[in-house]
Amino acid sequence: MNNSLVTLIGRAMFGPAPLDHTDQAAAIAVACAVVLFAIAVPFASIVTWVERRVWARIQSRVGPNRVGPNGFLQWLADGVKHVCKEDVIPEEADAPLFKLAPYLVVLAFILPWAVMPFSSMLILADLNIGILYMTAITALTVVGVLMAGWSSNNKWSLIGGIRSAAQIISYEIPAGLSIFPAVLMTGTLSMQGLIRAQKWEPYHWFIFANPFCFVAAIILFVSTLAENNRTPFDLPEAESELVAGFATEYSSMRYLFFFMAEWGNMFIAAAILVTLYLGGWQIPRFNWSPALMNLLQFICFLVKVLVLVFVSMWIRGTLPRVRIDQMMSICWKYFVPIGFINMIGTAIWVAFFPHGSRLMEMAMFALALAIVAAFAWRVAYFTRRSRMELYFHPTI
Amino acid sequence: MSLGLFFFLAVLAALSALGVIAQRNPVHCLLALAVNLLDIGVMFVGLGAVTVGFLQIIIYVGAIMVLFLFVIWLLNLQAEGFSGYLGLKLFGAIGAAALAAEFATLFLHTSRISTPGASALTQGTITTLGRHLFSDYLVAFEITSLLLLAAVVGAIGLARRPPLSAGLSAAAGSDLATAESPRQMSRSMSVSAEQQTTTPRAGSA
Amino acid sequence: MTPISYFLVLSALLFAIGVLGVLIRRNVIVMLMSIELMLNAVNLAFIALGRQVGSIDGQVIVFFVITVAAAEAAVGLGIVIAVFRNRATVNADELNLLRW
Repeated sequence: MNNSLVTLIGRAMFGPAPLDHTDQAAAIAVACAVVLFAIAVPFASIVTWVERRVWARIQSRVGPNRVGPNGFLQWLADGVKHVCKEDVIPEEADAPLFKLAPYLVVLAFILPWAVMPFSSMLILADLNIGILYMTAITALTVVGVLMAGWSSNNKWSLIGGIRSAAQIISYEIPAGLSIFPAVLMTGTLSMQGLIRAQKWEPYHWFIFANPFCFVAAIILFVSTLAENNRTPFDLPEAESELVAGFATEYSSMRYLFFFMAEWGNMFIAAAILVTLYLGGWQIPRFNWSPALMNLLQFICFLVKVLVLVFVSMWIRGTLPRVRIDQMMSICWKYFVPIGFINMIGTAIWVAFFPHGSRLMEMAMFALALAIVAAFAWRVAYFTRRSRMELYFHPTI
Repeated sequence: MSLGLFFFLAVLAALSALGVIAQRNPVHCLLALAVNLLDIGVMFVGLGAVTVGFLQIIIYVGAIMVLFLFVIWLLNLQAEGFSGYLGLKLFGAIGAAALAAEFATLFLHTSRISTPGASALTQGTITTLGRHLFSDYLVAFEITSLLLLAAVVGAIGLARRPPLSAGLSAAAGSDLATAESPRQMSRSMSVSAEQQTTTPRAGSA
Repeated sequence: MTPISYFLVLSALLFAIGVLGVLIRRNVIVMLMSIELMLNAVNLAFIALGRQVGSIDGQVIVFFVITVAAAEAAVGLGIVIAVFRNRATVNADELNLLRW
């Protein structure tokens, strides 16, 4: 290597990294490790604590608050506990596949971070087919889940694996169809290209560009909930029916891997939605400090993603589980046809308004504001009638 | 693509292909096939066909693999023993080896077609691919959509059991119970999954 | 940079393995998998040659082949299910009703 490691990391993380250079490949590997251990794994772990606290508040409980301040270190305690447990491999299981399956799931959770657009310069590899890459990699999850379900040689595992696979491949279709409206408006599949085509003002986000995009964004959000096995679509690991679904026979670190991947995928799904429809890292432009601007962009991106993750926890805390036939009919009878309509509608819209329609953007933005306001009023109405101390003293 | 990467991928592809045809348990065969298809997809990317490579991964690993796996589980296939005629297998092995040798000798002399295009690396982008698909290959593209529609209708028509009124007696003996309404279907799906006793262990016996 | 003939030899090898699979395996589903192997070998040859001559036609054809493979897998597995329902077997040697 003719450059110092730091320079290489800098070039890999802060510049367009060509794929053919061997020493840059090493630098990319190091940069990937930085992203993984600085963002991906802590996020996937800490969010378990956040989620338990959020559910607890929704259910008028307190939640874990013993380990560390407000129970913040609960995730660490859980991790240590899981690592220390015995790694049981059932006698009748297909041992090689049983051992391999969690790694595949984790792989499908790790690889998407390569094209995650944290800020205008902070991206590992701005592939020109970034969003297609995301879709392809998340398809790998199915293989890991099916492998886990089958190799456990357990009926709960098998049913959970089948349900999960059916759910993931079904909802990949509406999710894929909902990606296209944004792609149609920009003409690129690159994550950065999609974000650069939007502006920082909310009414210039793609979600408000036309009515079809608005619907597409909602479909994308619900589909990603289903793809990540989140409530109301958590049939694959429905505790009351299937114990823990495809993870029933797993213990110790391998069990932890499945759930780390699940929570990490929440972040990835939210990041896809933020990139496509919610303006990504776009903030008002200023020129005097690129580093500060990138930091602010990163924070902006993170805040948007975390809001979506919070909404998904909120949904998990409040909605009941759907039946499997309801889940399938939501996908195939409603989302897929609506997805096609969105795609065609957006194509027609782009043909008529190549530069977008300011009037429609404003109208959609006003509509969204009205929906949020009505919802906030309703939430406030119920909050006033509930146990105050749980809502307004967040540090019990 | 560098030579080392190529050899790694090539050895992996050959091993996984052998795994597809040599293993007894169909599920293991299928997973070997998944490795093979992923491997070939990576090779596509390395050859500059980035879009096609990722489409390969999405379609094969995401969809076709799962379809195969569902059918294997639906039919509850177990590991199979040796069957068929040994002579035929020997003949097949010799024939396949001869085929490989013939192709290989043929392909080793392809140095004549060496006119690498100027922008060979950038040709795999979705823009160029789309431009060709919707201009030169438009008719083929549209016919492909027709083909897919026919395949969907055909697959449903083949795999669907006859309507209850017509084939009730024929269907009664089979344990592949499916029903008309989605609600019944979900119940029978879980029932048939319950009945399955997949024993991976039997594969290694 | 790898010479293009290496890819073609690999493609030939994979194709031959696929042919071998169809010939020696009696399980219809594994035979279908072997057919997928052959299709992929051909795809590899298309992409490698397309790159060599600097044309995108190879990739377009691979696109179509992938589509056809998907259709083929769907219909093929549909036939397997239909046959299994009547004969309760997927062994190709036992499906000899149409044999003379």
